[in-house]
Amino acid sequence: MPDVTFTVDGKKLTAPAGTLLIDACRKAGIEIPAFCYYPGLSLQAACRMCVVRQEKVPKLQTACTTTVAEGQVFITESPEIAQARKATIELLLGNHPLDCPVCDAGGECELQDMTFKYGAGESHYVEVKHHRDEQQWSPAVFYDRPRCILCYRCIRMCGEGMDVWALGIHNRGANSVIVPNDHQQLDCEQCGMCIDVCPVGALTSGSYRYKTRPWEMSHVSTVCTHCADGCKVTLGVRSTNDGAEIVRADNRDKSGINNDFLCAKGRFGFDFVESPDRLTQPLVRNAAGKLEPATWEHALRVAAAKLKEIRDARGGAAIGVIGSDRTTNEENYLLQKFARTVLQTNNIDHERTTDYAAFAHALAGTAGKTASLRDISSACAILLVGGNPTEEHPLLAWLLRTNVRLNRARLYIANSKPIKLDRQAKATQELPPDGFKSLAAFLDQGTSDFSKSLQAEESLVVLFGEEFRGEAVENLVAWGLKRGNVRFAYLGDHSNSRGAADMGLFPDLLPGYVPIEAPGAFAEYPNRPAAPGKTLPQMLEAASNGELGALLVVGANPVSRAKLDHAALKNTFIIVQDLFLTETAALADVVLPAASLYEKSGTVTNTYGDIQMVRKAADRAGVKPDFEILVRLAGAMGVDVSTLVPFGKRGTTGDLGQSRGAQAGEADRHAVWLEANNLEPKLSPFDPLALLDEIERLVPGYTLDRINLFAGNDVHTKLEATPGFVPVQALSNPDLIVPAHDTLFTSGTLGQYSTALKQLTQHQAKELAETAAD
Amino acid sequence: MPRLVSHPDEIKLVSRRFGMGATNIDRYLELGGYEAVKKCLAQGPEWIVEEMKASGLRGRGGAGFSAGMKWSFVPKQSAKPKYILVNGDESEPGTCKDHLIFLHDPHAVIEGTIIAGLAVGAKMGFIYLRGEYRYLLEIMERAVADAYDRGYLGKNIFGSGNEFQIITQTGAGAYEVGEESALMESLEGKRGVPRIKPPFPAVVGLYGGPTVINNAETIATVPQVITMGAQAYAALGTPRNGGTRLFCISGHVERPGVYELPMGYNLKKMIYEVAGGIRGGRKLKAVVPGGSSTPVLLPEEIDIGMDFDQVGKAGSMLGSGGVVVIDDQTCIVEFALRTISFYAHESCGWCIPCREGTDWLKKSLTRFHAGFGTDADIGNMQYLAENMLGRTFCPLGDAAAMPTIAFLKKFRKEFEDHLNGTPCPFAREGVPQLTVV
Ligand SMILES: Cc1cc2nc3c(=O)[nH]c(=O)nc-3n(C[C@H](O)[C@H](O)[C@H](O)COP(=O)(O)O)c2cc1C
Ligand code: SF4
Ligand code: SF4
Ligand code: SF4
Ligand code: FES
Repeated sequence: MPDVTFTVDGKKLTAPAGTLLIDACRKAGIEIPAFCYYPGLSLQAACRMCVVRQEKVPKLQTACTTTVAEGQVFITESPEIAQARKATIELLLGNHPLDCPVCDAGGECELQDMTFKYGAGESHYVEVKHHRDEQQWSPAVFYDRPRCILCYRCIRMCGEGMDVWALGIHNRGANSVIVPNDHQQLDCEQCGMCIDVCPVGALTSGSYRYKTRPWEMSHVSTVCTHCADGCKVTLGVRSTNDGAEIVRADNRDKSGINNDFLCAKGRFGFDFVESPDRLTQPLVRNAAGKLEPATWEHALRVAAAKLKEIRDARGGAAIGVIGSDRTTNEENYLLQKFARTVLQTNNIDHERTTDYAAFAHALAGTAGKTASLRDISSACAILLVGGNPTEEHPLLAWLLRTNVRLNRARLYIANSKPIKLDRQAKATQELPPDGFKSLAAFLDQGTSDFSKSLQAEESLVVLFGEEFRGEAVENLVAWGLKRGNVRFAYLGDHSNSRGAADMGLFPDLLPGYVPIEAPGAFAEYPNRPAAPGKTLPQMLEAASNGELGALLVVGANPVSRAKLDHAALKNTFIIVQDLFLTETAALADVVLPAASLYEKSGTVTNTYGDIQMVRKAADRAGVKPDFEILVRLAGAMGVDVSTLVPFGKRGTTGDLGQSRGAQAGEADRHAVWLEANNLEPKLSPFDPLALLDEIERLVPGYTLDRINLFAGNDVHTKLEATPGFVPVQALSNPDLIVPAHDTLFTSGTLGQYSTALKQLTQHQAKELAETAAD
Repeated sequence: MPRLVSHPDEIKLVSRRFGMGATNIDRYLELGGYEAVKKCLAQGPEWIVEEMKASGLRGRGGAGFSAGMKWSFVPKQSAKPKYILVNGDESEPGTCKDHLIFLHDPHAVIEGTIIAGLAVGAKMGFIYLRGEYRYLLEIMERAVADAYDRGYLGKNIFGSGNEFQIITQTGAGAYEVGEESALMESLEGKRGVPRIKPPFPAVVGLYGGPTVINNAETIATVPQVITMGAQAYAALGTPRNGGTRLFCISGHVERPGVYELPMGYNLKKMIYEVAGGIRGGRKLKAVVPGGSSTPVLLPEEIDIGMDFDQVGKAGSMLGSGGVVVIDDQTCIVEFALRTISFYAHESCGWCIPCREGTDWLKKSLTRFHAGFGTDADIGNMQYLAENMLGRTFCPLGDAAAMPTIAFLKKFRKEFEDHLNGTPCPFAREGVPQLTVV
């Protein structure tokens, strides 16, 4: 659309013809009040708050439906307009309960804000207000009709945004009321988006309602710890007598690729942090064979002594290390560095849910072939093979729906089962359950309409699910590369599974998928063992056979999935760092209580390869971040920790510029000075960011745009494996990949400690049973 | 069956077959039926539209928009099918004319619909009846079936090679679906809530296709215009107000009923001569000239010609042709309450000013009429109504606000007489007093 120029309040503005006046004004910093308008959702023109005067038009016009054209003249604030808005607010307040002092939205309420601005202090009415009792629709969603201003945002968000269509209107006129789809109950995805967009306190959240006053919270922007999409989340945090608790999760500032989207897990599933099952004291197995509370010093001493003893007596090969799909990149990097350089072992692995190594191998030698979430959200054509994003990748599903709805993107789906996103698809193709391996051949035949339209697409983003492993990944990627103008994304589980793989939690691959035998690789790692180590199942097997002296498990619960004879592990000294006494922790000799992702800082990488900052929000007395635990463990083993975490000048403290009186604004020169003096601007070995330089320097693909990253944006990393690299075992056995198959309300081991998610699972089961009975 | 009335001043065009058994298709043919459509088939679309424009026929649904103009807005080429939509939702209190057309002359509606279809290139028409007119649906359906049998509807109408289909449908009892865009929503099976305009129905209407929506009377008039010729038709009325229309005279007159009179016919004459004057020799107090949504006129304001322009000049509207005559024993406060109760009941609830405004006006007036009013109420109600006016999503809000403002302005004294616990001065034996609920 060509640009047009028009006048608003005497100011000349320019915007593409057809832009909504309300958007054009907002962009120019002219705020137009609105209840029913919500960007990206269909227009309603229902609240009449956005009225403005347009020259030569007799009636006030709604800015949310007026499109701009050349030469138009508008006035957005005048006594007449203010009066119109005031009268509308008076009408709303007439039936409003005015229970602001106890309302969740008090202080964050758009009705309050408008009343504040336009004033409607006096009531013209003496009649009784309409009343209806509050309703609970689900464990997550409550509805209070008297507070509802009928802006229909919830209905549209649920229908257009979520494609769930669970909300509607009953009755008419002043008796209108929002209703859920199953009588008084909500049979839906429980995302809470309806609550999020409600401008008032009519929809409230089961986990947040009546918990706090909004101004008692501070807000920390971080990344959700549940699935591998990595939504940005704003945690509302309040101090308690043993730390700081999370009371709410949303993304109100709409920062991040997810805009205001969060799924049920992101919005309600943070409560595992407050679970009474949280470990807050180290545990050490006593002579009687029972785990008993210990001090950190004692527990670390016991663990360190044992690790040192076994390493020195039997060699590093007698120690195994299992890392986590949820800890930060810095923690994962540190863990493998610790394993390789301190424990002297390549027996390191993680619970692989996705075959990222095969993906890296398939892409080796190419550049720029991975799709970031931003690429996906603006792609013209997308091929989705396998997976079910609605359940496993709620943000991806949201972005695909939005891209199709607002940008008319073309979505092609090939799957062995029908999935909800089929509704957005331009074409679908049913595959036999084993059809993923030979998919490339099928697509190449080009006889079906499906493959013909795919071939006609100029560019393509290919998304594929966990059905693809090993060879199937190679084939699909090869097909795409041959086709050309393509980008890929591999849909994995858990918030940092990709980071675990990128950071080299493999027995045969160093960070950045560098083969362990590559000449000169990671030369600066002192005396790292040269031969590949054991995979996770091999370690467990060795442990069961009594061949492993010690096993260090960080944020993982392999025992829950492996068939093991627990008694056979008695000769293995097991150290577990975890939030809970998981099945694995229960077998340990030393248990170290770890901080959750919401209680620490660092970075994580989502399954698309987008890296984001994690910021410490909550606090829990007694726990420590895994990063700090590892550094302390190394320290207790007598290691010079600055060889692990390069903080400050060796043996000295770092410098923040004090020594030369650095001023704000001198950051650049300061950085030069620091480098010249071989100093790191970090004071503490516990600061994970002290490792970021090393990661950038040594890990292929992790050259980061730091300004963007530190500003809280997502930064796409590259999958830059060396051409021709051959992973030793990572590729050889697709059975090593065990997808988590999380659903909307489950989140691996972590999810089992969330009351909110458990309640939602039960509610859903009940709804399902009722539907089945109907 | 309602009693039919007549008066020598009437010019019966639309009503000429009333009471003559024209629901029977043969009888309709005997009475000159389906000749107009044949003429149109011979003359072609452009000619029809020009005739309609020249006839000065203005929409009988209320807004009085030129039918010919409306048809001419429909794009010639359209990717989506075009539709004709006959608005028979007739729900405005005081209006009861479409009812008679469906009852006595259903084929005229069918014939008019076909002609509209030929004019704009539509192959399908919908006849939408008010939910409460379900009993008329039988008559309409019978007529449509007969027309199909004769080949007047179908794939090849009158052997001309043109296709035209008609589907009948009833509402579910909502005044609001008489509003054209809400009507389309309702017809599509959705909640009866209006759409944002633009786009207008002529461009994006039913199922997204270009759609002509006309009132049932407008449509039933079309064959008459074609038969007698645009010039002759226009000459019956006043400038820019062609022809005749059905006036529904109700209230306190001696001979209430539906009379077909030329446009511009004097209102005073209509009441005192055509309808036989005020019942029981009482005095005239007020007239609502065009359905309950139009501002009330005082006796001294009724010496005007009943066309869109003259009634507009007098500060009211010709509307849907429902003339409600009010005698001097009627309580205007109660009348205002009845009126607002209707609109509060019928507000679809979509937009705030109408949903909340009608509700508060109803609540306040209920209390006020029951004698619990205060000085501030009169001003408050006026403030409220004035703040609804022009601010709502569709004209229903205006339809509620306009009469209220007029009652409050023109009968302020009568409102004041209800103040301070004074019982309604018009309270009569046998007429139950409203109480606050
Ligand atoms: C609230 C409301 C109710 C209406 N009800 C009717 C109705 O019952 N019948 C009707 O023909 N037009 C009704 N209209 C007018 C229609 O919107 C539309 O203008 C009319 O059907 C057009 O036909 P016409 O041009 O032949 O008058 C109503 C309008 C509003 C705003
Ligand atoms: S929780 Fe989500 S899916 Fe459920 S009603 Fe609200 S918006 Fe719709
Ligand atoms: S519940 Fe909230 S979002 Fe939904 S209509 Fe009411 S005020 Fe709007
Ligand atoms: S004015 Fe508003 S609430 Fe009233 S009927 Fe129209 S759209 Fe519905
Ligand atoms: S924001 Fe425009 S009418 Fe609600």
